[in-house]
Amino acid sequence: MNNIFVYCEVEEGVVADVSLELLTKGRSLANELKCQLEAVIVGADLKDIENQVILYGVDVVHIVEDPRLAPYTTSPHAAVLIKLFQEEKPQIALMGATPIGRDLGPRVSSALHSGLTADCTSLEIGDHEDKKEGKIYKNLLYQIRPAFGGNIIAWIINPDCRPQMATVREGVMKKEILNVKYPGKVNRLDVSKYVSDTDFAVQVIERHLEKRKINIKGASIVVSGGYGVGSKENFKLLYELADVLGAEVGASRAAVDAGYTDHERQIGQTGITVRPKLYIACGISGQVQHRAGMEESAQIISVNIDPEAPINALADYVITGDLSEIIPKMIKYYKQNTK
Amino acid sequence: MRVQCDLLMLFRFHIKDSKSYRIIMKGLRIIVLAKQVPDTRNVGKDAMKADGTVNRAVLPAIFNPEDLNALELALRVKDEIPGTTVTILTMGPGRAAEIIREGLYRGADGGVLLTDRAFAGSDTLATSYALSQAIKEMGEFDLIIAGRQAIDGDTAQVGPQVAEKLGLFQVTYVEAVLKVEKSKITVRRRLDNGVETVKAPLPLLLTVNSSAPDCRSRNAKLLMKYKHARTVTERQAATEDYLYLYDARPFLNIHEMTVNEIKSEAGQLGLAGSPTKVKRIENVILQAKDAKRLTAADKGINDLMKELIDSHVIG
Repeated sequence: MNNIFVYCEVEEGVVADVSLELLTKGRSLANELKCQLEAVIVGADLKDIENQVILYGVDVVHIVEDPRLAPYTTSPHAAVLIKLFQEEKPQIALMGATPIGRDLGPRVSSALHSGLTADCTSLEIGDHEDKKEGKIYKNLLYQIRPAFGGNIIAWIINPDCRPQMATVREGVMKKEILNVKYPGKVNRLDVSKYVSDTDFAVQVIERHLEKRKINIKGASIVVSGGYGVGSKENFKLLYELADVLGAEVGASRAAVDAGYTDHERQIGQTGITVRPKLYIACGISGQVQHRAGMEESAQIISVNIDPEAPINALADYVITGDLSEIIPKMIKYYKQNTK
Repeated sequence: MRVQCDLLMLFRFHIKDSKSYRIIMKGLRIIVLAKQVPDTRNVGKDAMKADGTVNRAVLPAIFNPEDLNALELALRVKDEIPGTTVTILTMGPGRAAEIIREGLYRGADGGVLLTDRAFAGSDTLATSYALSQAIKEMGEFDLIIAGRQAIDGDTAQVGPQVAEKLGLFQVTYVEAVLKVEKSKITVRRRLDNGVETVKAPLPLLLTVNSSAPDCRSRNAKLLMKYKHARTVTERQAATEDYLYLYDARPFLNIHEMTVNEIKSEAGQLGLAGSPTKVKRIENVILQAKDAKRLTAADKGINDLMKELIDSHVIG
């Protein structure tokens, strides 16, 4: 009762990174709240699946296994969570802000009349005073997220309804194994007690999973260039830096329009939205449309000849100077320090 | 109206000479959920007030982009299956009637504006409750189609929450309707990592991605036909010249629904019915971070790389 639950996604026998990231976050929240962390895994062919999650500090893994539970469809997975949450009364429930989590979360919150905050970029524990009602709420989950096209950051709370539900995008939290010998328990649930046959009315008849050729969205580091890179030649420096750092190369629209790189690398409002751990903006002035696609990056380095470039307002590090001089130095000192 | 349609269907049935499944199908009754949103994609300098709150007044109000994709999917079903009707349902202030007119110009058959002060301050759950109670008053339907998410909140919650409240199956992230059969529909979903073909029973709720086809543009004839379409509140404010029109042409009536026309519990509406509360809001644009400033000098760059490696950001 009153624990933290994380719904874990499984694809072909592997628990999704976003779920492991949430377990890591869930563990630290559970420590703060002095409660347990529990995982829910719903799917098919889940033999030994608990071994992939318990080491993140999971106290109980609830497993519901049935051949019909994969690939994912809404109703059976929602039915499991709704009933399980009614029985276990978690105070917090987390899931990935993925197509699955964003399909499932609202369904469950609607059934339980609990608050759900989508795409949180940060989760914290804190108190809240409702001055009107004269009530003080202890240890609420602050669900922090950008809203309004990224122009504001909102702190959302669910004072009265439980569970406090939130989804978080992949890559926003850090995944970290707690203890490979963590003593977690397994609780296998009887599928027929949770799911009825009519829940399987929606059928997936065909699936094509495709790996993206260029996976900028999933990259934890993005090296991105703008018009200020100046030439296709200079853009090669960005590829070199990306190669050394294990990063992907992105670009602003101006750089794409100038022909420095391909359209599929365009980041921004009309391109891809990225949220890497590190975004290195080279020669990018930082128009609002570009910022919309990258401003949720965890850390930003701006390399720009113009000390007043608007993007510098977002940056954690501003390097003012010529990028053809700076980038080779970044490569050099990265190599020196990782040897 | 429905009787006429059914007779038409019957007639079609007899002259059927095509292999197409379409001809023998009865038209579907489709509700499109749409929202009028501030255009957050074109946020200018004056979009934020000095106190850090959003200055909605300067942002143009538009038809939420993915709701237009949803409308297009509905209109394509209507193109394929004669007798299909498309009704737009939107919740919002009085001016949201504008997007219903936009929908009529593009091929929708009618619209309902759900508007009342009682709905103010609704989060996604309270919104879903109000919408689902309104849908219950709108008669039978086969399909509800909504955009995946609205650009002012990006939550993608209202569609699935409405489906749950109405006890409907749902398919989200849809980009195409592939086939409509009696009591079944086949759609293609576009996900981050691929595509899925899904078959689901009707009635059903779909949410639609921006990867679906763009909405058709306004049709000149429909624009002429519907340009005086008004809600009752708008008609009261209008000049008298057009008043006679609304008796003669009932299709110009945009149905305005208030809280009195739906069955609802006050505790589920508006602020009171919203489990989520906004504790605090911070303006992002005006807030500059305290950045560390470096030059091309070797020492600074060396220290930076060390710092990033030590904090596991890189390496």
